[in-house]
Amino acid sequence: MIEVTDLTLGIHGTPILRDVSFDIRPGEVFGVVGESGSGKSLTALSLMQLLPEGAQTSGRAIFDDIDLLTQSERRMCALRGAEIGMIFQEPMTALNPVQTIGDQVAETLLVHGKAGRAEATQIAAERLARVGLPPEKVPLSRYPHELSGGQRQRVAIAMAIALRPRLLIADEPTTALDVTTQAQILALLKGLVTDEGMSLMLITHDLAVVAGMADRIVVMQAGQIVESGPTARVFQALSHPYTRQLFAASDHQPQRQPHVTDDPHLQMQGAVRDYHLPRRSLFGKAPTFRAVNDVTFTLRRGESLGLVGESGSGKSTLARAVLGLEPLQAGRILLDGAPVRAGDPRMQVVFQDPYGSFNPRHRVARLVAEPFHTMGHPHDADARIAEALTDVGLTPSDADKYIHEFSGGQRQRIAIARALITRPELIVLDEAVSALDVSVRANVLDLLADLQARYGLSYLFITHDLQVVRAITDRVLVMQAGRIVEEGPTERVLSAPEHPYTRDLIAAAPAIPAEWRNHA
Amino acid sequence: MLRYATLRFLSLTLSLIVASVVIFAVIEVIPGDPAAFMLGMNASPDTVAALRADLGLEGSVPARYLAWVGGMLTGDFGTSYTYRVPVADLVAERLKVSLPLAAYALALSTLIAMPVGILAAARRGRATDYGIMGATQLGIAVPNFWFAMLLVLVFAINLPWFSAGGFPGWEAGLWPGLKALTLPAIALALPQASILARVLRSALIETLEQDYIRTARAKGLSRGQALRGHALRNALIPVLTILGLQFSFLLAGAIIIENVFFLPGLGRLIFQGITQRDLVVVESVTMLLVFAVIAVTFLVDLAYAAADPRLRRRR
Repeated sequence: MIEVTDLTLGIHGTPILRDVSFDIRPGEVFGVVGESGSGKSLTALSLMQLLPEGAQTSGRAIFDDIDLLTQSERRMCALRGAEIGMIFQEPMTALNPVQTIGDQVAETLLVHGKAGRAEATQIAAERLARVGLPPEKVPLSRYPHELSGGQRQRVAIAMAIALRPRLLIADEPTTALDVTTQAQILALLKGLVTDEGMSLMLITHDLAVVAGMADRIVVMQAGQIVESGPTARVFQALSHPYTRQLFAASDHQPQRQPHVTDDPHLQMQGAVRDYHLPRRSLFGKAPTFRAVNDVTFTLRRGESLGLVGESGSGKSTLARAVLGLEPLQAGRILLDGAPVRAGDPRMQVVFQDPYGSFNPRHRVARLVAEPFHTMGHPHDADARIAEALTDVGLTPSDADKYIHEFSGGQRQRIAIARALITRPELIVLDEAVSALDVSVRANVLDLLADLQARYGLSYLFITHDLQVVRAITDRVLVMQAGRIVEEGPTERVLSAPEHPYTRDLIAAAPAIPAEWRNHA
Repeated sequence: MLRYATLRFLSLTLSLIVASVVIFAVIEVIPGDPAAFMLGMNASPDTVAALRADLGLEGSVPARYLAWVGGMLTGDFGTSYTYRVPVADLVAERLKVSLPLAAYALALSTLIAMPVGILAAARRGRATDYGIMGATQLGIAVPNFWFAMLLVLVFAINLPWFSAGGFPGWEAGLWPGLKALTLPAIALALPQASILARVLRSALIETLEQDYIRTARAKGLSRGQALRGHALRNALIPVLTILGLQFSFLLAGAIIIENVFFLPGLGRLIFQGITQRDLVVVESVTMLLVFAVIAVTFLVDLAYAAADPRLRRRR
């Protein structure tokens, strides 16, 4: 249905894609796999002709019998949304915040002149119902900020399929979503392919997602396709070294020799955290939302404890409480038997977004030394900065550089160096590897395992990713709606979950079929 | 929505009360006898005493404050010492010029700024954009009285289209009135339009980079449709803020332009009140302007909520 031959793309003279060739057949799910920067998104944007300014393409992309790369902008406007639909990664920002969802879906029909206003609204309601947002439950008059991330992605899908396009391009459609929501959205996309007979081009970095979805896949690296074929065959053969590397990294298990003691390091006893909600009436009592509900656990010295849960389960609030940044309404949190306080040098934190947590105007030396603000600059500060950078696999000379000179994985290493600078005993890792590519993530996990062994660190690992929990934790807590619903050794919880919620989480996580893993 | 409006209303009422206390304190309570100040150095004690009684300066401070506020609430702004007429009448007379002038200038400013700002954003980084940015830079830098004199020179002296100044009064008819206000309104509007166009341009450029614009383009909207249909309304918040500030400024800040064109406006009234030491006029007109600014702020707050549903907080 679409045949791409020798697609080459440069932006302001920088080569981005080289000789990309593939074809997508009617009614199939076509997976495009690669790490960030491999060019998979720009391949899709080339087909849509929605490239950034300064882009130069060559090659051909034959859709039916026309070449998408040579169509006029006016002709492309007629094709986009009608023949080819597209959805993007970030459901939180993909919708216009000041327009109702009904209007946004109806707009697809109106802009193509396929329906009048009344009819377009009616079709919008039908399409929203098809994607799981029936108007009786989610009225068309809702605004995006009144919906959850998963619901917003459903709206984006309804917009893209309003005119029943023959090709739907989905660029990392579930990367920003929780596992259970991800499973629902993937099932919806698969159902649409079956019911509507359209083709789906699924772009993702997640091998497990394509394994369960795609009929055929291509693997991209540095702007080129390195391997392609039916999904099962690619997974079983792994003929290209890069594919093998990706595959190995996706369920990488670092070498760990945990030295867990019986010494209680961090104790949370009956912790409760309430948030005030907006008042309903002017003088009434403000209602509260219980984000953390009577949570008790103990993290032993040298242990790596996982805390899993979906967004909204209260795990980030709990992390902030551990750091002494959230006042508790009941219960207490003890570090070495004494109440925790904010800025304690014995406890440090690493967050998800390495770039957002650094001031871009300071050099790395100053960024890494930030925790000294709370404990005073030691006389050997420079030596300790050099030591911390060496510990995380960087060099002391990196101290003079700025943060934008580093890649995402290196930035997360710098964040870890910043945490190590106070010689802490406990590190809280809040989704610390979630934003990293699989191969980078494998390296960072190795680093964390190594540091733990070397310094006898305790880790509190907060994540929604069960692979990460499996890789790096000894014990795991499962959190749902502010409560710990299950607790136990990681292996036991993941292989024989007792609580139905844990079972749902594990079932929802996409996995590569076991029979495809049988190669050394 | 109602909750939001009520909260904004209460907060602004509070600002109004605080402002009234500050104005009252500055003019009446601060050391120095207002009556002696108004009459000058050579006044006899008897005259001063008479004026004090006249102004209601006898009595406790809270009682005088309440009397002043109570008077204003019932429409009694006191009597001007120099004009010997109620301040309310004076202000009403001046507002007939200042209010239409401000509205006229604001309308012109918006009508100029909207297309210009949109054009600059749509042609970002091209010659049109650079041209507009240069022109608006000039519009901000050049003082408006210079524009005013230029306009008089060209359109009143070289071309006899407009009169060089004065105001015939609305009794002369709508058209002569508007005609007399046209050149002053243009002179006031040009710098305002330049600021507004630049704010709109940068707000639009920022929204054009948002993910939902890409989504709109993927639905099949052209660049222009995405700009008009999605970017414009999202770029409105900063524009509304500037518009509100500009209206408040235009109401009283037109002093220089009113002088250039000999217009009997509010700005000149304050100016005369200050030079003639007519504290009753100054006090009341200042309070009235504070009220106008706060009322405009309230309207702008309501406009925010109309433009952005996230501010309404239904639940």
